[in-house]
Amino acid sequence: MRFQLTEDQRALKAGMRELLERRFGAAELRAATVDEPRLDRALWRELGEAGFFALCVPEADGGVGLGLPEAVLAFEEAGRALLPGPLIATHLAAGTVPGAAGGETIVTAVDAGLVEWLAQADVILGDTAGAVPLRSMDPLTPLHRVVDKGEANPLAVLLTAAEQLGTATRACELAVQHARTREQFGQPIGAFQAVKHLCADMLVRAETARVAVYAAAVTSAPADIAAARLLADEAAVRGARDCLQVHGGMGFTWECEVHLHLKRAWVRAQRGGGNTESEELLAADLVA
Amino acid sequence: MDLAYTPEEEDFRARLRQWLGEVLPKLPPAPDPSDWPGRRAYDLGWQRMLHDAGYADVHWDASPTTRLIYLEETERAGAPYVGANFVGLLHAGPTIAAEGTPEQRARWLPPILRGEEVWCQGFSEPGAGSDLAALRTRARREGDDYVVSGSKIWTSHAEVADWCELLVRTDPSAPRHRGITWLAMSMDAPGVTVRPLRTLAGSTEFAEVFLDEVRVPVGHRVGAENDGWRVTMVTLSFERGTAFVGEVVACRRVLRELASEARKNGRWDDPVLRRRLGRLNAEFRALRRLTQWNVSEASVSGVPGVGGSVFKLRYSHARQELYDAAADVLGPDALDLDRAWVLDRLSSLSYTIAAGTSQIQRNIVAERILGLPKGR
Ligand SMILES: Cc1cc2nc3c(=O)[nH]c(=O)nc-3n(C[C@H](O)[C@H](O)[C@H](O)COP(=O)(O)OP(=O)(O)OC[C@H]3O[C@@H](n4cnc5c(N)ncnc54)[C@H](O)[C@@H]3O)c2cc1C
Repeated sequence: MRFQLTEDQRALKAGMRELLERRFGAAELRAATVDEPRLDRALWRELGEAGFFALCVPEADGGVGLGLPEAVLAFEEAGRALLPGPLIATHLAAGTVPGAAGGETIVTAVDAGLVEWLAQADVILGDTAGAVPLRSMDPLTPLHRVVDKGEANPLAVLLTAAEQLGTATRACELAVQHARTREQFGQPIGAFQAVKHLCADMLVRAETARVAVYAAAVTSAPADIAAARLLADEAAVRGARDCLQVHGGMGFTWECEVHLHLKRAWVRAQRGGGNTESEELLAADLVA
Repeated sequence: MDLAYTPEEEDFRARLRQWLGEVLPKLPPAPDPSDWPGRRAYDLGWQRMLHDAGYADVHWDASPTTRLIYLEETERAGAPYVGANFVGLLHAGPTIAAEGTPEQRARWLPPILRGEEVWCQGFSEPGAGSDLAALRTRARREGDDYVVSGSKIWTSHAEVADWCELLVRTDPSAPRHRGITWLAMSMDAPGVTVRPLRTLAGSTEFAEVFLDEVRVPVGHRVGAENDGWRVTMVTLSFERGTAFVGEVVACRRVLRELASEARKNGRWDDPVLRRRLGRLNAEFRALRRLTQWNVSEASVSGVPGVGGSVFKLRYSHARQELYDAAADVLGPDALDLDRAWVLDRLSSLSYTIAAGTSQIQRNIVAERILGLPKGR
């Protein structure tokens, strides 16, 4: 049993992080949070060239031919970087919708009564009849409400969990960075146990979510995916909240990126296969 | 990243499973929890059977994955717990194996493996629990002996132990961590008095141990004089690791039993309870994955990773949540000590205290893993 990342998987994850830091770092993140957010099509194509969308498409069909564990690692990094766009819908459409694999075509999909990035997408999967825009809480995820509820795709649920894991990890990092440098009462606030324990709990939740998400990627079992979803949602949402708390008044400002992590975590928590469904699925599993 | 076992590991699992299937039906019934001599005999008897079948040292020599398989299989088959052999097999034995002299290894290790001697852990004192380095039990050198006086508390299985891994202060003038020594003390030595303490669950699981001018031969010192803190860290690193794997398997079984009990008594129709059990299913699945992750890491790096504290924090809390949910399934029966799960609910309260409280674990995670500064 080697339930650890392989060298190749480590390299893939590092490569993805490097690409995103270079192309979508703090400055780009800030620049993207404007009133009318747009997707960076050049970046989208670059991701396509890097194989992000075609990761799981078989080599025979022109894809990278890797598996779900690799996809999960890539989406974890995307989540960590707060990369905007209908990434999951496009990834799942690679191999069926022309241009999706290479990042030329942006695909979005109806999911749990909502559509992300409807106006910017080239292809929309699902019934968007009567789509009404809503004033999205997440400045980087334009949303439309639709009548069609759609059906939760387990792969989309797992990749959402992977993005949440990225957020959970990033929130913990940001909190720890701040706690080590910000001083009050003559010492770094991270020396205060109340702050220290918030951070420790963030790490514990993130690491628990990590093993759940990675294991679900290995087994693809519905109960494992549901468990990953529950734990990753919890780790992301509570992690981002606690991170905001650790930042004090600064955490309540638009300037500080923390709110963006929390808002995105909330957006993802609304996607298909949410908490109630996952809990019911796992309850049913106990008596199966 | 995979969850597959090698053919050798699968082979080990199959042999072990077959053996367990043969021997467990022949095992005598477990003694009453209050029958201490009976428990000692039962736990040692089980260890002897493991020894004769070649599984005695699975906690020491086997690879982490083999140990994981052992713990999973024994729990699945309903085999006895390590019980009174816990300290010998999981702390003292590995510490002596790592730090002891050849004579010490020859003297103490075989009886542990053969199920002949029971050990207990005399670390905590009334004034030194979380702050272990504050311990005050004193030992002064007299010829070939240390003469030990002081007292220990919360000593599990002290009533039936032959040996005690004992921490004493040998240099009171040295900085706290520098004047400590690790001794193996015979529990039969004159001057040792054991006074059982009653736990909140009603049993006498642990005891106070009073030491009045107890003579311990210098040859029973493991590691150098005043180097006991380092040896202690070795001991504590064995305390976490995979120790709880079997229990996670057991918790998952209890969870299924809870669900089926709830279906019988109608509580399953309550969506709040049902969803709570569903969430616990997620929790214990993840805890199992966390052990697999930690074990894989240890197989690569050779040392138990930082995962121990992460696991301990999450597991001790989850175990309490599990038995709280059991109380909800049971309703008024949750107050009846004769019902299954009620005593377990009480004992689960110790999990966030023993072997380092949750607060101490959070300090460890924050300072050693996240690198946050130590408080003043
Ligand atoms: C069932 C059981 C079996 C045990 N078996 C053994 C055994 O066999 N051998 C042995 O040596 N010991 C044993 N122990 C002792 C155990 O290790 C201690 O109880 C534990 O380390 C806590 O120490 P304490 O009881 O002195 O509590 P204290 O240290 O007094 O702690 C009291 C409270 O203060 C908190 N606290 C203390 N220091 C800090 C801090 N720095 N920051 C934040 N909070 C803090 C603690 O978290 C706790 O909530 C056992 C305990 C139990 C419950």
